[in-house]
Amino acid sequence: MTTTRTVAVTGNESVAEALRQVNPDVSAAYPITPATDIMQRFTAFVSNGVVKTEMILVESEHSAMSACIGASAAGGRVMTATSSQGLALMWEELFIASGLRLPIVMALVNRALSAPINIHGDHSDGMGARDCGWIQLWSENAQEAYDNVIQAFYIAEHMAIRLPVMVCLDGFIISHSIERMEYLDDETVRNFVGDFNLVHPLLDIEHPVSYGPLVLPDYYMEYRRAHADVMSKVRHAVLDAAWDFERMSGRKYGLFESYRLDDAEIGIVVLNSAAGTTKDVIDAFRDRGIKAGLLKPRLFRPFPYEEVGEALKHLKAVCVLDRADAFGASYGPLFMEIASSVVPFKNRPVLINKIYGLGGRDYLPEHAELVLNELVKIEKTGKVKTFKEYIGVRE
Amino acid sequence: MAETLEIRWHGRGGQGTVTGAKVYAEACLSSGSYVQAFPEYGPERSGAPVRAFNRISSKEIRVHCPVLHPKVVIVADATLLDAIDVTEGVPDDGVFLVNTPKDPGEIRKKLKLKTTQRMFTVDATRISIDNIGRTMPNAAIVGALAKAVDMTSFDSIHESVRKSFGKKFSQKVIVGNLYALQTGYKEVKEG
Repeated sequence: MTTTRTVAVTGNESVAEALRQVNPDVSAAYPITPATDIMQRFTAFVSNGVVKTEMILVESEHSAMSACIGASAAGGRVMTATSSQGLALMWEELFIASGLRLPIVMALVNRALSAPINIHGDHSDGMGARDCGWIQLWSENAQEAYDNVIQAFYIAEHMAIRLPVMVCLDGFIISHSIERMEYLDDETVRNFVGDFNLVHPLLDIEHPVSYGPLVLPDYYMEYRRAHADVMSKVRHAVLDAAWDFERMSGRKYGLFESYRLDDAEIGIVVLNSAAGTTKDVIDAFRDRGIKAGLLKPRLFRPFPYEEVGEALKHLKAVCVLDRADAFGASYGPLFMEIASSVVPFKNRPVLINKIYGLGGRDYLPEHAELVLNELVKIEKTGKVKTFKEYIGVRE
Repeated sequence: MAETLEIRWHGRGGQGTVTGAKVYAEACLSSGSYVQAFPEYGPERSGAPVRAFNRISSKEIRVHCPVLHPKVVIVADATLLDAIDVTEGVPDDGVFLVNTPKDPGEIRKKLKLKTTQRMFTVDATRISIDNIGRTMPNAAIVGALAKAVDMTSFDSIHESVRKSFGKKFSQKVIVGNLYALQTGYKEVKEG
């Protein structure tokens, strides 16, 4: 029987606890706000001997990811954590980790990118890395960050997948806020994650293998196509993990969360911590008889286009809230995925896009109210004032 | 408890304001509530005004944004009363708890509180110097809060302070804090 502990902890503390329970073989990391706290706590576990992890302290994030790649190819279970500029400095290594099919797990505490320098939460870092071949899971709160980290090992190491997974949580809003959540017991987590299965480890000298060979035009495209094929299987592994996780924890996960969406006429699509604030406002609109709902993506890479399209197609008007902009593109990154999801449907909702919360700008209930009121108007009149705009910004 | 209780703490960097919010959240957690405790992050300078927040509820707390209309305002350093408007956003039935040796009526007048708003004072700085030997007003404030706001039992708070300080401090400091907690609970005045 699974036993749980009810605690009041920060998002970072919950991630560090999940990593302690998983007890990976190797970790390499370099500190960066707001992710620092995760590895600070984890290195204390290493120093105190409560995990057997070999901790490699390096001089940059580029080296951190390089060391993770080496350790993972050698045959270890590997994890790290970073934010913002740290992820940016890992850029070339991210593609190598996924191209080599290495099941590294990384917590990404979402933070704005420089310049101007800003340490607070937005999604520019994760969105910039959306096409690097990693799986991305996004988390609303400390509980989801903890649960997603545990499931990330299962998904990454799934024998049909073997890809790195990034678990995203909002910097400061979640990483540094204390809230109530439930920890699973160590044995339950270890049983769920299971033993690490070796696949062509470099250190198996009886069976020598080569990692990262030169592949010219004769085979490079087949290699990338194989990566895309594996990506198409990821959602099954994510659902497998969610199913097993629900049986042991009672907490239900899917590819995304639908909130009061089945009979909804208007809806908001939003990632991470802003979803919680939005749900409270949706309840208030429902109390007034307005049929509002919410869709919160969880698996952002690979994006489950078909399932999301099916979930949204019956709505009349939808606003996608992006905590990152795609400069020079027509819309924010989340909007573009949602637009792609509903394209196949003849009767599809009118879509609008709002950019909010950049660099940690507060997302308040009044912002959700503003958006829902605009959707009510669009639903009634069919007229759209503007398809994309910034909210909560000084004009 | 139908709705969420929201608290705003005003202090100065280095006084342990955030720890106060954390200890109170843990006490409410052990009484079975859902809790949040979070600071407002800015440049971390010792002595600068800082704010921290609590949400306490019988239901899951989903909202993740600053508290704008706190039912309870705690002022851990009375010099802030001249520096910032601590009454901002507080509803007509709001509750104020100020760390000061002064009479609650005097602070009430200074802040121009409405008659429907409640005012408590506690000399938490003196209590901490008497019991801990230095200015650490947290424990006395949390003790006073236990009386001013009926969210969790004094015993839960006692246990939470013991556990929270037990991780970091010597037995002498822990015992001092527990005395300060009790004294704060006993000495808080309403007016």
